[in-house]
Amino acid sequence: MIADWPILSLTVWLPIVGGFMVLASGDREANATKWTALTIAILTFIVSLPLWFAFDSATADMQFVERVPWVPGFDIEYYMGVDGISMPLIILTTFITPLVVIAGWEVIQYRPSQYMAAFLIMEGVMVGVFSALDAMLFYVFWEAMLIPMFLIIGVWGGPNRVYATIKFFLYTFFGSVFMLVALIYMYFQSGSFDILGFHTLKLGLTEQILIFIAFLLAFAVKVPMWPVHTWLPDAHVEAPTGGSVILAAIMLKIGGYGFLRFSLPITPDASHTLDWLIIGMSLIAVVYIGFVALIQQDMKKLIAYSSIAHMGFVTLGFFIVFIISQNSDNSAGAVLGIEGGMVQMVSHGFISAAMFLCVGVLYDRLHSREIKDYGGVVNTMPVFAAFMVFFAMANAGLPGTSGFVGEFMVILASFQADFWYAFLAATTLIIGAAYTLWMVKRVVFGDVTSDGVASLEDMNRREFIVLGTLAAAVLLLGLWPAPLVEVMDASVNNLLQHIAVSKL
Amino acid sequence: MENIYLTIVLAPLVGAILAGFFGSTLGRKGSHWVTSTGVGISALLSLYVLKGFMYDGLETFNGTVYTWMVSGGLSMEVGFLVDHLTAVMITVVTFVSFCVHIYTIGYMADDEHNWPKTSLAGKNSYQRFFSYISLFTFSMLMLVMANNFMQLFFGWEAVGLVSYLLIGFWSVRPTAIFANLKAFLVNRVGDFGFILGIAAIVMYTNSLDYAEVFALAPGLVDTQVQIWGDSSWSLMTVIGILLFIGAMGKSAQVPLHVWLPDSMEGPTPISALIHAATMVTAGIFMVARMSPLYELSETALSFILVIGATTAFFTGLIGIVQNDIKRVVAYSTLSQLGYMMVALGASAYAAGIFHLMTHAFFKALLFLAAGSVIIGMHHDQDIRNMGGVRKYMPITYWTSLLGSLALIGFPGFSGFFSKDAIIEAVHHSTIAGSGYAYWLVLAGVFVTALYSFRMFFLVFHGEGPRDEHAKAHLHESPKVVTIPLILLAIPSVFLGYLTIDAMLFGDWFKDALYVLPEHDTLAAVQTMVHSGNGMLAHTYASYAFYLAMAGLALAFYLYMMNPALAEKIKNTLAPLHTMLDKKYWFDEVYQAVFAAGSRGIGKFLWLVGDRGLIDGLAVNGSAHTVGWLASIVRHVQTGYLYHYAIAMILGLLLLLTWFVYL
Repeated sequence: MIADWPILSLTVWLPIVGGFMVLASGDREANATKWTALTIAILTFIVSLPLWFAFDSATADMQFVERVPWVPGFDIEYYMGVDGISMPLIILTTFITPLVVIAGWEVIQYRPSQYMAAFLIMEGVMVGVFSALDAMLFYVFWEAMLIPMFLIIGVWGGPNRVYATIKFFLYTFFGSVFMLVALIYMYFQSGSFDILGFHTLKLGLTEQILIFIAFLLAFAVKVPMWPVHTWLPDAHVEAPTGGSVILAAIMLKIGGYGFLRFSLPITPDASHTLDWLIIGMSLIAVVYIGFVALIQQDMKKLIAYSSIAHMGFVTLGFFIVFIISQNSDNSAGAVLGIEGGMVQMVSHGFISAAMFLCVGVLYDRLHSREIKDYGGVVNTMPVFAAFMVFFAMANAGLPGTSGFVGEFMVILASFQADFWYAFLAATTLIIGAAYTLWMVKRVVFGDVTSDGVASLEDMNRREFIVLGTLAAAVLLLGLWPAPLVEVMDASVNNLLQHIAVSKL
Repeated sequence: MENIYLTIVLAPLVGAILAGFFGSTLGRKGSHWVTSTGVGISALLSLYVLKGFMYDGLETFNGTVYTWMVSGGLSMEVGFLVDHLTAVMITVVTFVSFCVHIYTIGYMADDEHNWPKTSLAGKNSYQRFFSYISLFTFSMLMLVMANNFMQLFFGWEAVGLVSYLLIGFWSVRPTAIFANLKAFLVNRVGDFGFILGIAAIVMYTNSLDYAEVFALAPGLVDTQVQIWGDSSWSLMTVIGILLFIGAMGKSAQVPLHVWLPDSMEGPTPISALIHAATMVTAGIFMVARMSPLYELSETALSFILVIGATTAFFTGLIGIVQNDIKRVVAYSTLSQLGYMMVALGASAYAAGIFHLMTHAFFKALLFLAAGSVIIGMHHDQDIRNMGGVRKYMPITYWTSLLGSLALIGFPGFSGFFSKDAIIEAVHHSTIAGSGYAYWLVLAGVFVTALYSFRMFFLVFHGEGPRDEHAKAHLHESPKVVTIPLILLAIPSVFLGYLTIDAMLFGDWFKDALYVLPEHDTLAAVQTMVHSGNGMLAHTYASYAFYLAMAGLALAFYLYMMNPALAEKIKNTLAPLHTMLDKKYWFDEVYQAVFAAGSRGIGKFLWLVGDRGLIDGLAVNGSAHTVGWLASIVRHVQTGYLYHYAIAMILGLLLLLTWFVYL
């Protein structure tokens, strides 16, 4: 049985070990190193595929479980497994990483082997975060993520990279310290670091609220939620294209994942008590950040703000469930909310990656991200323009693309919680289209505005493969989201049943 | 039959994909062949389906193609509902689309002149255009054949996308890319209401399927919802108005009409197809399709009635002062869409769809004829520069005349039956706002005749064209242009008479449209006139006829006999003229309030919120605070042993005191 193989371990360690190999091989044979990196990334993707194909979507139990003692003195285990909530995010990670490797192929001239190694190690660590079922193991992976990303921005970043990296590091580190305290507290309460054990741990309301806030600080920074979002635009602007892609497509999802794996099931009563806070922050993200995105002059900043607004749908979908359950005895809307948030995460992984790669394509040619330096790109790069318009439409939530699915589900669900939630969430139809398409108008359309634009060359084959793959993913998920929703359905229903029971 | 329905939808999509992705390989000829063939197949099959419903007693089809997703017990599917209403719609859409495909071969023949020489976007623009119009046809068919709200929304947005791409087709023109962004965003305002309406439906029925929702709707008549404070609304009113906001966007009703005149920046074939005949009527179709819901809320119907009548009359007035040939037709479209809405508001859904159908043919004809004139005039669109075109373009002239007569409702022409039916239906309506609507649509008839024949006389009659160079080159357009004109002129003249008895006074729509007996205004009309022939016989008794003739006569007098008087009236009524010329200042107000306002809010939130409070005060502020604290605390670390010794002794004393006394 393929499900008995240590697939999770392979998916975690293959890229990490491979990454160190690439690192060791150095830059003398740069080309061979790149090919090695790409092979490892693709191999990791192939290795991860059984997670999808051999996944049993009928059960909410953890699958592909691996469990051995690690630090017996503190009851820390090497304990991994996936359910319908984490598995799609792992596939997303292994899918995006090869694209990032290809995207950096000729672009990265400075220490390419270290660059590739950083992304491979990053990949393994992120898969580790999604698959860890031991709180300490989770925490180790969680913090380990910071190092490669810190280096990616700090070494290959733009002129203001030092400010951005420090801001990024302090922000995220600040959040995770409180999470560590909460995890240790629960260890003392339950006697183990088993996350599933935390789920059933009895906790009083005050304890729950404190733990919830500790988690919130960690996850809200990662998502990022308003008002702890300001590190993201700075980090994106300074990060190299690949860094932005990983940051937007996967690292942000870890925050959303945290809410589902920790906050909701461990502290259901606190989540219920404080749901107004998260809902408020989410709706502010959708509306406030949408307006802020509208006036950005820097394409990457604009897309970064757009990411925050889109992630607002994720947290909104997760936390309206309590109000929906209160309003009716029907759990349909609640399922729709959480699954909508999940779909939104995967979809945003594709679309934000593609948008940042589009900016990267332009940046590689003219070394500017300023909107005003472009105009009329369609006249010199028609193929690129077609991709850019397509992804922009997906970003604006056009039906038929993946961007629509999650937003639609969350809007339908939030209406069942409160008319005004849906009202505010649905404003994204207008604001989201406004900031995305206004940028497209100024960058892509119009007559050629400068000699720089006149000298642009259309995409090469490498860029075409990367964007084409993402376009196919966006379209497939938009036209047929059923398979994705199906794999998560049992786990989401199980989660809802779990949080419906008070721990008090 | 399912395979036939699938082919109708997919044939244009295949054409669009081939021409879009392989346009440079297929070449121009190959591209227009694959797309026209695809749409041609759809048109023939649509006719076959229509024939099936007319003569062979074809059954309504309602089936799922595939399941899009199931979440929380809510099944979202892609599926078709093909009934009598759908059959009419797909025939109109594919037939007009086919004519437009043929016409485009002529109209876009030398499109490369519209692009800068170096622009790569100008290469293959011909193929791209065909790909887009076929893609549009696919989207529109998905919309009208949907059997559920999810797919309806898909089609709704997909036609919006293609409309966006086509309005901005000549992307090097600043006006075109301004217009397409405006069109998309204004439509999104409508969609905002639309999606909330769908959400409301899902909340109360837990279904997206039309049949299930319609079956559950009567049980929800008494449901009240609280939206603001304690005031409660009827659920059906809320749903009806929210969905209608979507229709206001797509079908360009006041105050969301502002995008349609600007959409004339797109090439003329799409103005005919998308912005006259099909896409803009999606809102009309949607409301008619939702008749089982709208019948349950008189408030929503009144709302539709008032908005529709306002649009019908006031946008028609603007048409009188326009000088761009396409814009006159565009305002005419706005006004006619208003008429259709009025019909829906008066519960005369069949009359709305009937007018939708006749209008699709004669308005597409008028647009394509205008395009033919534009070709002849070498892309000069100002009617003041035209005149006397009749002599040079006989086919265009005669087909235009037929189209214009149909538009003003000349007795016997298609438009006569459909427009009169609407006016009479409103006359019999008793819901709130019907009096207002009746007088406006009646006055609108005069306005319609005036602007239509003002344009007609200025373009085709009199002396001209002014420019000698233009005059020398003026000649009739090629066959690919004139044949579609003739094809469209035939239904513009005869279709109304041939179909009115079945569609309005027969039972054609009995399965598709639902009307409560107390709202059945068409039945009241029927008791008066009995049939199409009866309507013709009653012509002498209808105000509309005299108003149309008066408008025509006035146009003739002002623009043929006594042009000086027209100028004099314009100067005497200067404030009125300015108001119409400025289109009631909608654009200016929207620019100042919404466009500039949003940018202002964005700037404020960014500079004050993000930069000022969060980053400035909280983030960098705490960094500065840490730095500042450190700079003070640093002084403690002096390096002198006696300072440390003193501190230790003091600390010890404090501790001891604390232990002893507390």
